[in-house]
Amino acid sequence: MVKSKSAYSIPTKLGKLETHIIVVWVDNEASVLSRVVGLFSGRGYNIESLAVAEVDQKNNLSRITIVTTGTPQVIEQIVLQLKKLVPVHKVGNFKKDDKNVIFKEMALLKIVANKAKIKKALNACKKLNPVILDQTNKSAVIQITALKREIDNVTKILKPFGLVSASRTGAVAMTRGAEIFN
Amino acid sequence: MGNLYSGAEIVFKCLEDQKVEHIFGYPGGAVLPLYDELKNHPSIKHILVRHEQGAGHAAEGYARSTGKPGVVLVTSGPGATNVVTALTDAYMDSVPLVCISGQVPTHLIGTDAFQECDTTGITRPCTKHNWLVKDINDLPRIMHEAFEVATTGRPGPVLVDIPKDIQFAKAKYFKPKKEKKQKKKSSNKFNQKDIDQLVDLMKKASKPVFYTGGGVINSGPRASQLLRELVLLTGFPITSTLQGLGAYPGDDNQFLGMLGMHGTYEANNAMHDCDLLINIGARFDDRITGKIDDFSPNSKKIHIDIDPSSINKIVKVDLSIVGDVSDVIRSITKTLKNKNLNLEKSNKQKISKWWQQIQKWRTKQSLNFINSDKVIKPQHAVQRLYELTKNKDTFITTEVGQHQMWAAQHYKFNKPNRWMTSGGLGTMGYGLPAAVGVQVAHPEKLVVDIAGEASILMNIQEMSTAVQYNLPVKIFILNNQYMGMVRQWQELLHEKNYSESYSKALPDFVKLAEAYGCVGIRADNPDELDEKIEEMINTDGPVIFDCHVDQNENCYPMIPSGKPHNQMLLGPKDQTENKISGKGKALV
Repeated sequence: MVKSKSAYSIPTKLGKLETHIIVVWVDNEASVLSRVVGLFSGRGYNIESLAVAEVDQKNNLSRITIVTTGTPQVIEQIVLQLKKLVPVHKVGNFKKDDKNVIFKEMALLKIVANKAKIKKALNACKKLNPVILDQTNKSAVIQITALKREIDNVTKILKPFGLVSASRTGAVAMTRGAEIFN
Repeated sequence: MGNLYSGAEIVFKCLEDQKVEHIFGYPGGAVLPLYDELKNHPSIKHILVRHEQGAGHAAEGYARSTGKPGVVLVTSGPGATNVVTALTDAYMDSVPLVCISGQVPTHLIGTDAFQECDTTGITRPCTKHNWLVKDINDLPRIMHEAFEVATTGRPGPVLVDIPKDIQFAKAKYFKPKKEKKQKKKSSNKFNQKDIDQLVDLMKKASKPVFYTGGGVINSGPRASQLLRELVLLTGFPITSTLQGLGAYPGDDNQFLGMLGMHGTYEANNAMHDCDLLINIGARFDDRITGKIDDFSPNSKKIHIDIDPSSINKIVKVDLSIVGDVSDVIRSITKTLKNKNLNLEKSNKQKISKWWQQIQKWRTKQSLNFINSDKVIKPQHAVQRLYELTKNKDTFITTEVGQHQMWAAQHYKFNKPNRWMTSGGLGTMGYGLPAAVGVQVAHPEKLVVDIAGEASILMNIQEMSTAVQYNLPVKIFILNNQYMGMVRQWQELLHEKNYSESYSKALPDFVKLAEAYGCVGIRADNPDELDEKIEEMINTDGPVIFDCHVDQNENCYPMIPSGKPHNQMLLGPKDQTENKISGKGKALV
């Protein structure tokens, strides 16, 4: 065996990586987002996407949705560490392939092209129920609400039809059925 | 209740209501209103340190030796940045601190004003929580919440950043609310089923071991008593982490000594070979576990901890019990007694075999060293210090390095809260200010900082604090002119390339002591050691004891990096004996 030159242990083999959606209810106060994000960066956790907005004006609550990847052990740590933060009320944790949870992302796509091409572009993303928010003779802004990979795909398809700019949100999540998460 | 108070008054009224008696601090522009208010509150004594890091460590020593939160008061900018090391240290070792920092006036925040820094931004990762007070009406609530967050659950440091204009502004004051239960993150989350399961495992175990840590100390002196009762009732062996020393008597026969990188042979082997490992208030630190894959491979693992995020963080356990250590131990003992289980008797046969094995490991006497009558061996110095101070209720602090490990190995603690050391962060320069804090809390007790000559120089300025308040701390320096632990690793891992670990120019510590207005003592050879230590103990006032020790001594036993617990490197005596016995065999 090669002699280690470190007084620290050698990294052991990694577990299987899983993608999870973590939902965090927090007090909407100054620096709360940096506490949550700082926890992720400080402990070397991963953030794939992030969505934050106030959801309850009366109680001053915000809902943060974070998509992250890690071993099951790391995911468990993320949840437990988040729960320790003082402004955090509750934490939800869903596997990305959980059938009982709906995940959505939104994208605003700007297409600059002639009318024919714009029409083709709209056709190409028809399955995703595009909403036209703005249209001129040589441009269109369309809104799509779909899964991450669907939006990834459609942006690739739209490139040749004149897609010049894409603005996307992080994923948000909601459980199916009458149940609410506690 | 209609009275309006200034922000500075509110801070002190709150400190009074929180029964704070001492604060450690250093004044500056942004905290002058608070310092002005100090004179109106005679029940609160301010200890003026010489550097804000010293204030933080002093408050840590104060907190660790009393169980009460330590309070720190510093100014904005450099005052706040200087205290960051101490906050991080307290965060790693779960020490309750409340740090109050001044800030530039609200309207100047964000303008790069004089002595401005983003204090809450900088301290966010090294505190349990922090607050920037932007509205005077929030101040009473935030101050009380700060104390609550610092002291409940797993304790830790918090910081309240108060802009100067807020210190002048006026508002109503209210006392801490008694009941705020549902908001507080409750700490006891276990039920009787967990306890029953644990008791069942304890009944079945034939090679059990308790592994206890700083959580037992943090749970209060009652937890240590309950632990002693439980260990006696079960007859199980017990080992402790660095931070847990003193929770169980160090000279008791059931105690295997400290475990981990520089732990005893018997403690580490017991951890490796056990079939039931009961972790009480420890966190599977990397200095404890060694190679994770080979950590205690055949045991059922139980983890008792107040912090849910400690569970399964490093080592996957079979049963976790989240709760305050004393409550959990009380439940275990109660259940054992209710079921009429005296494990010591009923399990005697099974466990006696285990004890025989442990006795075999003990015969290695892994803490042994080859003593000398020419030079003072550092281990010998600690042993003599222990022998000459064990009958007093002595408080020991340390710096970080070889001397710290020798202190942990050779000084035996019988009570909790008597041992203050920087374990998690490993902060050189911790010991002297911590000793100052301990002595402030216990003016009549003997407080000794076992130090190294390199570490002590990192916060030597606090001698001035000790002299100012007539705090008779004893600084016992094991002086080998090397950063000993660095040198040891360079010897073992870097082919003896002692790169920058030798201090060529050291001060004359005796003269240094005199310069500070205290007493300096030097010991050069073993014959004079006892006499000089007695002289130190009997000196009324602070002492710097410069103990010249063997420069080449290494700290053994040791788990080399990447090795499991059962592959320890033993001391030179054992190494030579082994060689001899090898040859001896050939002769036979």
